[in-house]
Amino acid sequence: MIRMDGADAALVAQALGGDQDAFRVLVERHSRTLFRLAYRMIGNEQDAEEVVQEAMLRAYRRLDKFEARANFGTWLYRIGVNCSLDLMRKRKPEKARRQLAKDDDKEMQDPLETAVSNDPGPDRLMLSGELGEQVRVAMMSLSSVERTAFVMRHFEGNSIEEIGQTLGLGAGATKNSVFRAVQKLRQHLGPLVGHAQAKSANGEI
Amino acid sequence: MKYTGEHLSEEQLLDHRYGDTANDATAIEKHLHDCEKCSASFEALQGVLAMVEAMPVADPGPHFEARVWNKIAPKLAKPGFDWSALTAWMSPKRLIPIGAGVALLAVAFWAGRISRTTQNPPATPLVADNTSANAPGQVRERILLVAVGDHLDRAQSVLLEISNAETGSGKHDSEVDISQQQERAQEILVSNRLYRQTAEHSGDNAVASVLDELEPVLLQIAHSPSKVSSSELEELQRGIESRGLLLKVRVLDSTVRNKEKPAAQHSATRGS
Repeated sequence: MIRMDGADAALVAQALGGDQDAFRVLVERHSRTLFRLAYRMIGNEQDAEEVVQEAMLRAYRRLDKFEARANFGTWLYRIGVNCSLDLMRKRKPEKARRQLAKDDDKEMQDPLETAVSNDPGPDRLMLSGELGEQVRVAMMSLSSVERTAFVMRHFEGNSIEEIGQTLGLGAGATKNSVFRAVQKLRQHLGPLVGHAQAKSANGEI
Repeated sequence: MKYTGEHLSEEQLLDHRYGDTANDATAIEKHLHDCEKCSASFEALQGVLAMVEAMPVADPGPHFEARVWNKIAPKLAKPGFDWSALTAWMSPKRLIPIGAGVALLAVAFWAGRISRTTQNPPATPLVADNTSANAPGQVRERILLVAVGDHLDRAQSVLLEISNAETGSGKHDSEVDISQQQERAQEILVSNRLYRQTAEHSGDNAVASVLDELEPVLLQIAHSPSKVSSSELEELQRGIESRGLLLKVRVLDSTVRNKEKPAAQHSATRGS
């Protein structure tokens, strides 16, 4: 979650008065965090950058609707989530599902063979590009709502209530979206984790 | 989800992982310590989440912020008007139903203009009283009635299909595919807004009110995932039932259809 610096509110007021340099400071301050959020939701660098640009433009054009007492970072973050959702809805989710099915069909190579360290932790395992790709494909197999709910919950630490407000869903549906996202991830990645643990136990990695 | 002291469900394990079991956290910790099965399941969950967490995020480069600014700076006018929202809203998918609606309204407006060259009729509501409608006014009225009637038919079929959808075998994870209903809900959302605004302008509060109630339900269906869980489906069904929406749409549809017939007969009589 993007955190507000106290100076954000003053910069917003200056930008509303026509000072574009003030808005430039806000762009410089928040773009990278928005990029991380968008990248996790979309899984593509170019699209994530497009989302950041779109979110910043939307924020600027709606700046008069921003309430001074509110947290600018949170407000901007929600705009970023909505821009990411809009972009995801434009994309064909089938593409990712087809890719996933294709990957399931072919005999899976052992991505851990290429791991060079003795440290079996997930960070180390991510050295394998194949494993990283499996995670990316698994994330892309989630529906846009599931992915958004999961990213907000897991990476951004949002509460179920906050996620529900952003997605326009009730608490039950929001919680269920997170749960289904995790179930799908377990289904796709569980065997890899088991495999990694087995190899770790055998001292192979 | 309340912890009952038995084996932990996957939902409970996930709640525990995200710190949502505050009151039961100690008891759950103890159970995880004592129970090999639940402990293994929790470890597997942690393993998958750690793997996802370790997915690297691309580095946008050292000049990323400057690049973003250079892209957006030429598009900045005075803050306040959201042109991007307007252009996003005017996507081709939306333009088709909008175009159809605008064309219908244009024809209706034209018919009204023609009628005014010979007469000066009172404002005609979307669902008018037959006795007060004059003949040229009925041409316009009929066009609108046909359009609204068709719209209500489509909305009714979406609501019916969602209301009658099976919630599965009662398993928590059973899913229902509502992608078709979702697509249709997205299509009729635009025309719904158009007809609601028209009804409001013409002072037809009964029509405007039903269309106004229909809108958030269509919105919720349109924004749901293409495959919904039993609980999500039940939430959608509750949204329809709690407002008595299906009945309201049916009654309005029937009223509109009843008004349509005399209007058509009147037009035919004048034409002969």
